[in-house]
Amino acid sequence: MSTVFIAFQTNEDTRPIIESILADNPHAVLDEQPAMVKINAEGSLVIKRESIEERIGRDFDLQELQVNLITLSGNMDEDDDQLTLAWKN
Amino acid sequence: MDMKATKKKLGLKEKYAHMTRGLGWDTTYQPMDKVFPQAAFEGIKIHDWDKWEDPFRLTMDAYWKYQAEKERKLYAVLDAFAQNNGHLGITDARYLNAVKLFLTGISPLEYVAHRGFAAAGRNFPGVGPRVACLMQSIDEVRHAQTQIHALSNYNKFYEGFHAGATHQIERVWYLSVPKSFFDDAFSAGPFEWMIAIGFSFEYVLTNLLFVPFMSGAAYNGDMATVTFGFSAQSDEARHMTLGLECIKFMLEQDPDNLPIVQKWIDKWAWRGIRVLTLVGMMMDYMLPKRVMSWKEAWEIYFEQNGGALFNDLAKYGIKVPECITQCTVDKEHISHQAWATFYQYAHASDFHTWLPNDEEMDWLSAKYPNTFDKYYRPRFTQWREMADKGERFYNNTLPMLCQVCQIPMVFTEPDDPTKICYRESEYQGEKYHTCSDGCKHIFDDEPEKYIQAWLPVHQIYQGNCFPEGTDPTVEGFDPMLKVLEWYHIENGKDNMDYEGSGDQANFAAWRGMATQNT
Repeated sequence: MSTVFIAFQTNEDTRPIIESILADNPHAVLDEQPAMVKINAEGSLVIKRESIEERIGRDFDLQELQVNLITLSGNMDEDDDQLTLAWKN
Repeated sequence: MDMKATKKKLGLKEKYAHMTRGLGWDTTYQPMDKVFPQAAFEGIKIHDWDKWEDPFRLTMDAYWKYQAEKERKLYAVLDAFAQNNGHLGITDARYLNAVKLFLTGISPLEYVAHRGFAAAGRNFPGVGPRVACLMQSIDEVRHAQTQIHALSNYNKFYEGFHAGATHQIERVWYLSVPKSFFDDAFSAGPFEWMIAIGFSFEYVLTNLLFVPFMSGAAYNGDMATVTFGFSAQSDEARHMTLGLECIKFMLEQDPDNLPIVQKWIDKWAWRGIRVLTLVGMMMDYMLPKRVMSWKEAWEIYFEQNGGALFNDLAKYGIKVPECITQCTVDKEHISHQAWATFYQYAHASDFHTWLPNDEEMDWLSAKYPNTFDKYYRPRFTQWREMADKGERFYNNTLPMLCQVCQIPMVFTEPDDPTKICYRESEYQGEKYHTCSDGCKHIFDDEPEKYIQAWLPVHQIYQGNCFPEGTDPTVEGFDPMLKVLEWYHIENGKDNMDYEGSGDQANFAAWRGMATQNT
């Protein structure tokens, strides 16, 4: 099984996003680096719009993630409700 | 009536279809193959461009919105940086030499990437990649501009920032390394460009460039670089996705594409890894506070992450590039070999060098237990002893350069780290030299391309690197000083050791002024 990851800038916009990802992906591992938060996960990782909206109390467009995104790894698929990263092997 | 009319918004997938494919058309005044003459000559077969899908499904309307937000954030920080003497917040002015290397070596590449993606967007007949290339082209010119803006704040106070982004990239010996990488890619066809830059550089290698660089900048208090770096990096995830999508698309379209794509992956992985030697040196030697060693970064971002990628591509028949065996050996050597080279040629560089101190050498021993104490500590110790006696070692001959990567021949044999690696090829009765099996292989595949290389050392010897009107026959003619003049490197200010430099003295004085009232 290969590891996928996604990394964001460390800031107030990304804090609830990271909380959501960790809640929705119990197998994910948090890796905090200078100014950057990286989340590693075996196989796949899912980011759900609803979970983020619950935490920030407003509508959220998943494309807003791009403002604070640093890097990612894995095949990506995005629609209105979720973004997934996966290695299919 | 206060009832709000609710307009049904388009879903992401629907909007993407309308804003990409919905905008395309087939030409009728001229046949499509005349309009897109570069689409076929590389041998890549595409049967259905509509199979191309951008996983981010980003459309132009959303693109402007998010890019504007990124710019607002960036320039607010840059104003704050300038207004609050942000340059005094860095750990040590020595750190800025890494930033000079970035401005002179990387920022000009952003501009070439801008041009290259504009060309790729023009040359692909499919509307999906055209839109994605258009966005990436605009991203890349934004990166060049924001980097120059951010670093212009340092140019007000420190040496070596004055000519970097434009003048030196065309001339200076070590800058021909990154320049030739992009020249090679840009002079290929649009599909090879996508593998070279979109896939190898953006997907396989960009993490090794930007993530450690920006984490390093943050660790060393460089608010300007962190800010432009992260702003650029936020586009990078989209570029990586485009690169990966492109390679999968080529492989899914026709089985005949596999050997061509494999050849390009092998070539560009090696070309990219050679360029990244400069980043390895920066991580291991140039950051006063270090995030991780080059070897550790290589293991996380290349071996683990690249490994996952190549496992995934195995289903198409793609194999891990052959050069990986050599890279596994090289990861313990190249940063030391590169820094030793710059130390010897500090008089010909646009930044300052120094020898690692005792604490830094111990860190290097711990990070490189197999190689540092055995091969490199003795060399640095010897140079330190010489410097202490007033005999600081400068290498005053010019090195032979690799015909492909253009790096001086400083790398060693994979099975003998005490022996310089040379490879030789013959083409049309002339001998050409390369630094490795990887570069020789690339040369032998397209010799007619690489014999045209503009090699800085050859050019100096041919007398092409002096200011106009230089007379080499006058008494006391010093070729090195004339070359530096042509480089716009001010001898004694921009070059040589950090110890005793204007940067060192000024930083100490200004930081003192910032904390005292005298």
